[in-house]
Parts: sequence; structure tokens; C-alpha cells
Amino acid sequence: MQPLHNTASSLAKLSLPPQLRCYPHRVPVAIQVTKSVTVRHSLLVRVAHWLTFLAFIALLVTGIEILISHPRFYWGEVGNVNTQPLFTFHIPSSRDTVPTGYGYVLPDQNGWSRYLHFQAAWLLVLTGAVYLAYLVFSGHLRKHLFPTREQRSIRACTTRISQYLRRNKLADELHTYNVLQRSAYLVVIFVLFPLIIWTGLAMSPAVTTAFPFVSSLLGGRQTARTLHLFITIALVLFLIVHVSMVARSGFRARMRAMITGKAHPAETNLTSREIL
Amino acid sequence: MNPISRRKVLTAALAATAGAAGFAAAARLAQKYGLIPPDHRGPYGAGEALTYACQRVLTAHRPLHEFPRSMISKQPFMNEIGKLPDSFKASQALNFSDWHLTVDGLVDHPLSLSVADLRALATRNQITEVACEEGWSYIAEWIGTPLSLVLREAGLRPEARFLVYYSIQPGWWDSLDLAEALYPGTLISWGMNDGDLPVGFGGPLRMRVPRQLGYKSIKFLSRITVTDSMKHFGKGLGSASPEVGYAWYAGI
Repeated sequence: MQPLHNTASSLAKLSLPPQLRCYPHRVPVAIQVTKSVTVRHSLLVRVAHWLTFLAFIALLVTGIEILISHPRFYWGEVGNVNTQPLFTFHIPSSRDTVPTGYGYVLPDQNGWSRYLHFQAAWLLVLTGAVYLAYLVFSGHLRKHLFPTREQRSIRACTTRISQYLRRNKLADELHTYNVLQRSAYLVVIFVLFPLIIWTGLAMSPAVTTAFPFVSSLLGGRQTARTLHLFITIALVLFLIVHVSMVARSGFRARMRAMITGKAHPAETNLTSREIL
Repeated sequence: MNPISRRKVLTAALAATAGAAGFAAAARLAQKYGLIPPDHRGPYGAGEALTYACQRVLTAHRPLHEFPRSMISKQPFMNEIGKLPDSFKASQALNFSDWHLTVDGLVDHPLSLSVADLRALATRNQITEVACEEGWSYIAEWIGTPLSLVLREAGLRPEARFLVYYSIQPGWWDSLDLAEALYPGTLISWGMNDGDLPVGFGGPLRMRVPRQLGYKSIKFLSRITVTDSMKHFGKGLGSASPEVGYAWYAGI
């Protein structure tokens, strides 16, 4: 915990928690305030969070752009306009070889989209590798992400869901994650991100020529491409829920925590359940 | 805030120096072993160089993966082709009997080979997938002469580093590093699925690069030049693709 050098002016800006308000003004309030300022996220977690965010947005935008050049999806090894698609997005395409039903072709932006897609993929993979090592060796994974003994039951999950639905206030969650949060983060870190990387590699002709199992274990190149899309949709759904929960629990406080690392309980909406 | 301590400053300075030195050493090693692609400059060069270097190290010497005959696509997709020059049509009228592939540059014996010469040199077939950067793909049997055997015939000079190849269509050219050019799976293809290579698929001659995306397999192949540097070809980015925004190395 780092001491704060509070001045009268910065104190005035803080809305003090009720238990502090009765202290005389000249008492070294700084000490009291210091106790309630907590470090929520380590520097490494914060840097990794924002680099991943940056990479993810770049991958999402360029991925959509690449999709537009062939908005048809197949199952199996091969697929093209002469084969039956699994499903088609009924949108205009950036190529005139795809029958879309639209009388026009969108401008081709695949070149830079592909360059940026793979560059952002590298950023994601390298950040992810450092973050994973940190998770394991710092104890963060064990302490904050694996569900605790009490949380490891269906009942704990259903209880927490019903608490969400009843909008219950749970003060004990101020300093750690509940079972649903832990499960969501674990699925994203250990299922969705590894799968999105795997399905991506399964579309690389160099990789699948050298290591055919990368593609064949998934069921082929086109299956990998379709799964790549499905996992993207799952990640976008996670992003939407994640940002909604952050917004509900006090957007400014949570953003401050993820940027500066610190969050002041006085600034935190205590009805929130999305803390740490 | 804590004042910044001397120890922190020293640690940071040491870490920065070590990082910069490590990066410089890695870059020198990569340059020495030919792991830097010609389009490594610009905003996306870092990602491109990482992909190229990693894939060269991990995949360059792996054998070609082929599909069973039963997986050959019944209706392979014939991508659209640009306008062909009049000389192509004249050659087509002669059933391409006058078509010649020239091999020049850093070779001991420059060659000019007809399709019949290539067929006589060696015949290999492979059942591999064409994957387009747009996302679609098909599997076909490709029949042709391994590029490596043509290069052995011509005799590569020791300073050779890249192989530049041209389509008869103006402005369409590309290049391969030697790892790809000498790879046994890289074919100069003149046949497809037990017949001659149709014009729609690049006949009479097509460079078939099975480990990279379809756009490296350029159609209507007419010339090969061996060089030690890509600096003086086009804008020096390795091929026509980076000049319109696409990566030179398409192994992704």
C-alpha cells in the first residue's frame, strides 16, 4: 500500500466515507484515506489488459473486413462458390466473384487488414504468454481465478445467478471475484483464446502443410474458418457482458482501477458486483 | 507517490540496454539466416517479419502434405483472370507449342524451355489444396516439373538468394526465397486432374506454391530470374503484392 501525499485541495475532492467524516480537519486524514485506497490490479495485469484490448479490437475490425471478401461459410476441408455453404451472410462483398445478390462490390481493403490482423495476433499471443506466466507464478490464478472451495458447486453458481437477478448487494465481493466471474475469465483465458489461435493457425497453408493435424483435428480448413467466426462471436459476447458489468458497477471507478491500479471504495458504487 | 529510487533507475537502464542489445543481436542473426522478408519495413513489418522467421524455422524442411484422391474437388473454383495480351491468344491458337519459359539471372546456364522440354525433364504430381486469401479453397491434383529440378539444370550461383517469376500478364510478378524455390513440393505446373492445365487455372504454365496462399501461384508463367537481392525489382518489396498492400510471404 502506497502512502498518499494528500493536500487540502485533493482532500476536498474526495468524498470521504461516512466513518471518516467526523474527524477534525487538521487530523492527518491522509493516513485514514491511505487505508481505504487499495491496489486492485498489478501493473502487469493492467498493461496486459489494455494491450489485449487493443489487439482484440484490431483483430475484430480487420477480421470483419477479411470476412467481407467471402461472406460464405463452409464445413469440412474445402469450400468455394461452387460448393454448398453451411450459411451465408447476406451482405455485399468486396469481391465480384461471390454471388451476393447486390449489384455492387465494396472496395477491397484486405491488404492492410491482413497485415494488421497478423500483427495484432502477434501482440495478442506475446501479451498472452507473459500474462499466463504471471498468472501461474504470482499465485493470481490460484487466488483470484480458480473458484474457491466454497464456490465449487452448482449451488454456488445458481445462488449467485439469483443474487444477480435480485440485484443483491454483496460487500464481501469488493476484493475478489465471485464464481461466475471466475468461470467467465477462465473460459476466456483457457478455452476461447487458445481456440481462436488454433483455428487461426489451421488456416495457414504453411502450418497445415508442415503439421496437418493442426487442421485435420478440427475437421479441415473450412471448419476451422467457421469455428474461428463462432469463437469470435463468443468473445464479442463476453466483451459486451464485461463492459456492461463494468458500466453497472461504476464505469469511472472501474476504468480508474484498470488504468491507475487504484480504486477508492468511497468512489465505488457499493451495489456493484464487478470489482477487482 | 514514491520518489524514484536510484536502484529503480539503474534497473530500468540495465533492462533497456539488455533489451536493445538482445533485439539487435536477434535482428543480425535473422538477417544472417535469411529470416527477414523484403517487405519488413513499414507499420506492419514487425508482425510480418515475426511470422516469416517463425514459419521458416519451424516449417521449411517439413515434407509436403497431400490429400487422398477421393478429396479432389469435383468443381474447382476458377477464379477470374485479367485481360490476356494478344500474344497469349496467338500462342493459344498454336496449342502453346511456341510457349517458352526463360530462366536467367544468377545461373550458370540460362535456359529457355518449352512445355514439352519441361515434361521431358521430370514429371511429378501432388494432390494439394489451393487456399485463397479471401477464404475459399479447393483441392486438385497438380502435375508438373519440380522447380528445384529446373534450377538444378540451370545451376544456381552461390550468391543466389531469391527467385523472381513473371506472368505474361503485365505487372504480375512475384518472388520466392530459396527455401520455397528448392522445396520439392513447389512445381512448375502444366497439368491438372489428369489433363492439361486449363487456361482458366493458369495454363499452359503456372507456378504452384502449395505452402502459400493462392496469390503466390501465379498463372501464365513465362520468365524466371534468379537474384541476390530484391532491391531493384519493382519497389523492392519482394513482389507486386506488397505494392498493392498484400504481404510478400503468404504462408500466414
